[in-house]
Amino acid sequence: MIRLELPKALCSYADENSSLVLEGPVGTVGDALVALRRKAPAALDRIMDEQGAVRRHVNVFVNGENIRFLDGLSTPASDGATILVIAAVSGG
Amino acid sequence: MTVSGEKVKKTRGRAPAKKTRAKATAKTPRAGASRKEEALVLVGTMKGAFVLRSDKSRKKWKVEGPHFRGEAVYALLHDTREGRSRTFAATNSMHWGPTLRTSDDNGKTWSEPGPQTVRFPAESGRALAQIWQIAPGRTTEPNVFYCGVEPAALFESRDGGNTWEPNKGLLNHEHQPKWQPGGGGLCLHTIVLDPKNPRRMAVAMSTGGVYRSDDGGKSWRARNVGVRAQFLPEEHRYPEFGQCVHKIVHHPSRPERLFLQNHWGLYRSDDWGDSWHDIANGVPSDFGFAMQMHPHDPDTVYIVPIEADVFRATPEARLRVYRTKNAGASWHALTKGLPQSDAYENVLRDALTADSFDSAGIYFGTRSGKLFASRDEGDSWEELADGLPPIVCVKASVAGAA
Repeated sequence: MIRLELPKALCSYADENSSLVLEGPVGTVGDALVALRRKAPAALDRIMDEQGAVRRHVNVFVNGENIRFLDGLSTPASDGATILVIAAVSGG
Repeated sequence: MTVSGEKVKKTRGRAPAKKTRAKATAKTPRAGASRKEEALVLVGTMKGAFVLRSDKSRKKWKVEGPHFRGEAVYALLHDTREGRSRTFAATNSMHWGPTLRTSDDNGKTWSEPGPQTVRFPAESGRALAQIWQIAPGRTTEPNVFYCGVEPAALFESRDGGNTWEPNKGLLNHEHQPKWQPGGGGLCLHTIVLDPKNPRRMAVAMSTGGVYRSDDGGKSWRARNVGVRAQFLPEEHRYPEFGQCVHKIVHHPSRPERLFLQNHWGLYRSDDWGDSWHDIANGVPSDFGFAMQMHPHDPDTVYIVPIEADVFRATPEARLRVYRTKNAGASWHALTKGLPQSDAYENVLRDALTADSFDSAGIYFGTRSGKLFASRDEGDSWEELADGLPPIVCVKASVAGAA
């Protein structure tokens, strides 16, 4: 089981869900995000672009670690992991 | 893998209003003959969209917004074909990316964004960065829409904006690898249709220049003869393509005659872009972004000259709209009601527009968040709003009152 935490800005894209539980085998953070497409495709489109890259000003943490400094979307997401999607520093 | 959800706790009055995503077809709400007409001015800014509405007199305006708080709105369209009254907004969150929204009540409420519908195919290796233009198809094709996007590409919808496909002729054009981004990004920002010939259309991009198709979008030819590229070495200033065209306009009654505001250069073509000649006659600078056709007079065009690319402000700190009534043979400054000192303003390529009332209203917005309007075709102006976020897009329409 993987828990996926969404920021408030994306809850309306996911039927007002702030936290999604992904049951079944998940290998990587990328697998978990792609699994989100079945439940909330619009939410996934906000996190990743159509080439499958995490948007520039979005950060994804697995168990508190930023995947940019791990193995990106190939970072392992083991059973019980929590994936947090959060807006990066940005603005203007 | 299965997915289950945990509902977010809603805070009274703060959760976004949910609205079902309606399908756009010819059956969408219509502005019937019995409904009152209203002037509708849609203002896209870097931090959301504002909607101004007034009755036909256009003397008192109601300002609503911002919609899409914090998101840049580079493209807006109010479509009235076949009596429809549907509004499109291209919104772009710095965090969460670009999307299209629609409204069927003249911009009072908007659809929640669904899955991204304007998207590059995987094999292209490109990803949508911004929607720069939303254009309606011909009146004979009421469910056709076009989007010009960044990175430079053209998308077409044939079902009222529900689904979109990239134009493959441009997507895979042999020149495409050599198109370069201008200051605003590599964008296709202008779409010009021939109302008489359904197989002919032109687009403009920065930088790439003007391209025209005569076979319904299957193939495209660069159409930039006579348009200079000031940013290239002198011996290469008139390339086949690569110009930084900022805007093209034409009038549907004379579709073959195009007017072009270039990144340095003001031009006219009388042959659908096959050749261009200079019409910068009496303007303080031929640099600028915005250009607008008069809705009823094919000889009348409006521009806002800007001093230079390295100083993007109105010349002599005077905010002047220039108008030609003779297709560019001469241009005259319109200043009544506009600040004529300390006005270091800039008006971007889609921030100058016109409504279609008999006495045309002309509107423009500035990077400093000022919105000006003229009810007398530019002879005099008044300020409708100040202190808005930087304005990037202004579109005016005559709508049935919702």
